[in-house]
Amino acid sequence: MKIVVLVKEVPDTYGERRLNLETGLADRDANDRVLDEIGERATEVAVSYAESHPDTEVTVLTVGPETVPTTLRKALAMGATNGFHVLDDALRGADLTLTAEALAQAIERIGFDLIIAGDISTDGTAGVIPAMLAERLGIAHATSLNSLEISDTEIAGERETSGGTITLSASLPAVVSITERLPDPRFPGFKGIIAAKKKSIDTVDLADLGIDADADVPRSIMIAVSEKPARSAGTKIVDEGTAGQQLADYLVQNRLV
Amino acid sequence: MTELAVVPVLVLLGISPTGELATSAAELLGAAARIGTPVAVIIAGPGHGQDAATAAGAAGAQRVLFAETPDVNSVLTAQLVDGLVTAYGRVKPSAVLISNTIEGRDVAGRFAVRTQNALAVDAVGIDRDDGGIIVHHSVYGGGYEVDSAVTFGTPVVTIREGGVEDRAAAANPTIESFECVGTGLTAAKIVSFTPEQAKSSRPGLRGATRVVSGGRGVGSANDFALVEQLADVLGAAVGASRVAVDSGYVPHSYQVGQTGVCVSPQLYIALGISGAIQHRAGMQTAGTIVAINKDPEALIFEIADFGVVGDLFTVVPQLISALAAKKG
Repeated sequence: MKIVVLVKEVPDTYGERRLNLETGLADRDANDRVLDEIGERATEVAVSYAESHPDTEVTVLTVGPETVPTTLRKALAMGATNGFHVLDDALRGADLTLTAEALAQAIERIGFDLIIAGDISTDGTAGVIPAMLAERLGIAHATSLNSLEISDTEIAGERETSGGTITLSASLPAVVSITERLPDPRFPGFKGIIAAKKKSIDTVDLADLGIDADADVPRSIMIAVSEKPARSAGTKIVDEGTAGQQLADYLVQNRLV
Repeated sequence: MTELAVVPVLVLLGISPTGELATSAAELLGAAARIGTPVAVIIAGPGHGQDAATAAGAAGAQRVLFAETPDVNSVLTAQLVDGLVTAYGRVKPSAVLISNTIEGRDVAGRFAVRTQNALAVDAVGIDRDDGGIIVHHSVYGGGYEVDSAVTFGTPVVTIREGGVEDRAAAANPTIESFECVGTGLTAAKIVSFTPEQAKSSRPGLRGATRVVSGGRGVGSANDFALVEQLADVLGAAVGASRVAVDSGYVPHSYQVGQTGVCVSPQLYIALGISGAIQHRAGMQTAGTIVAINKDPEALIFEIADFGVVGDLFTVVPQLISALAAKKG
């Protein structure tokens, strides 16, 4: 089985993330760049399947800047077979349409039976790429799965929906996305880290994939960006026996109850 | 020039398996009315279309197109996209609005690719000026406000649940049924649907006007009852920090924060929550933030409008009885 895992380098959410107010793009120097945790979880799903199915090849795929190979190594150290990196200046600030096009072309190039992604990234928070890929590739999607079973011919899993839970199944090839209900990603061991150094990462640009970023298709563009003023601390009291009462007074005075 | 008010805006309304309109209908139609004439599309199971269409009118749809198909309950997404594409061809709207739910995002992604339109996601507002439609977003956990627009074509926009306050006036819509012609594209099957066991009378987290959340300081699943008790006194939704969820106090659907639900209520009360940055990313746009925590150095106090350093197990019961006394 050939599994492609979508991963993404994102600003670490353990720090205050910043946008450049002139370009509207992420300020890459403001935070450490890390592999998005949900992508690590997707990698875990693929790698643990590969452990019990030795004829499995796991390719971790990403679109991103020059720093990507460093973060991609982590997924390789977890046990992915190889990496695929779409690198092109024209992808800076790319909208969802262009990103999906680049990913779909890359996936066609890699070859696939199953594509596994995280349900939603911590930076873009769009959560639409899996469905866009499914449409482009002409295959089924099953997104935001809280559980996932993979067989040779199909996948099945559960997802939350309004008012309950649905169980889904789809024949392969298919695109799935998983939630953080799936098991925690492993920490790469020393052996994995050493092995990852020898694994290959293919790097391609848009021209290699036959994509024209300036094609005459509708694009979504950012037209304004502003920073919200930071919240400041208000009243802070130490409970000396009446704090509950004082808080009730505060809520009433401010018409919050 | 076309009058602003008559420019159609297509809105996909979600329908439950039992035929009810999703609660997001009001905000989607409200957002649509802000930029044109709301035209609703409904793809329902057999026998549910007409009632849902009437309900859509009450929520502000001027025109409703509905299709009925049994497949909507057994095939994932496909009928919704096929039906929306048909309605899009008929209505020729200036924008297409879809709720930013799991189902909605799937439809939006496929629809945008199939109709070759640009996609703007997780909008918290929408406007129109001479240059066209402007979509407002709140990014990085509410730290920044970003406006986007499409270069040309029809913007496909997903609207954050509870993100838009506009509401459309009730209308007496023209209602048309149409046939949902499936493309027969390969799709996932819905094998079964298990309804939630106990339907809570508490408001849902998304779009709630008041939220009471508990964190590590609550200490156990049993003691979480105190969080729920305060929520019920306030008519609030119940949330939790990731630690509380990971510790098994409450289900994952309660999680507020970066990887959970983003809320923007008028009042947010954090009980025993330290205020890690990932939690703040899901609640810092709240109108008023109240925090109760034993640790005077807890990060949550940096953004709290009213902070109490104290034991939540003495402060909260006192708060509850004080509020009950005020209500008389």
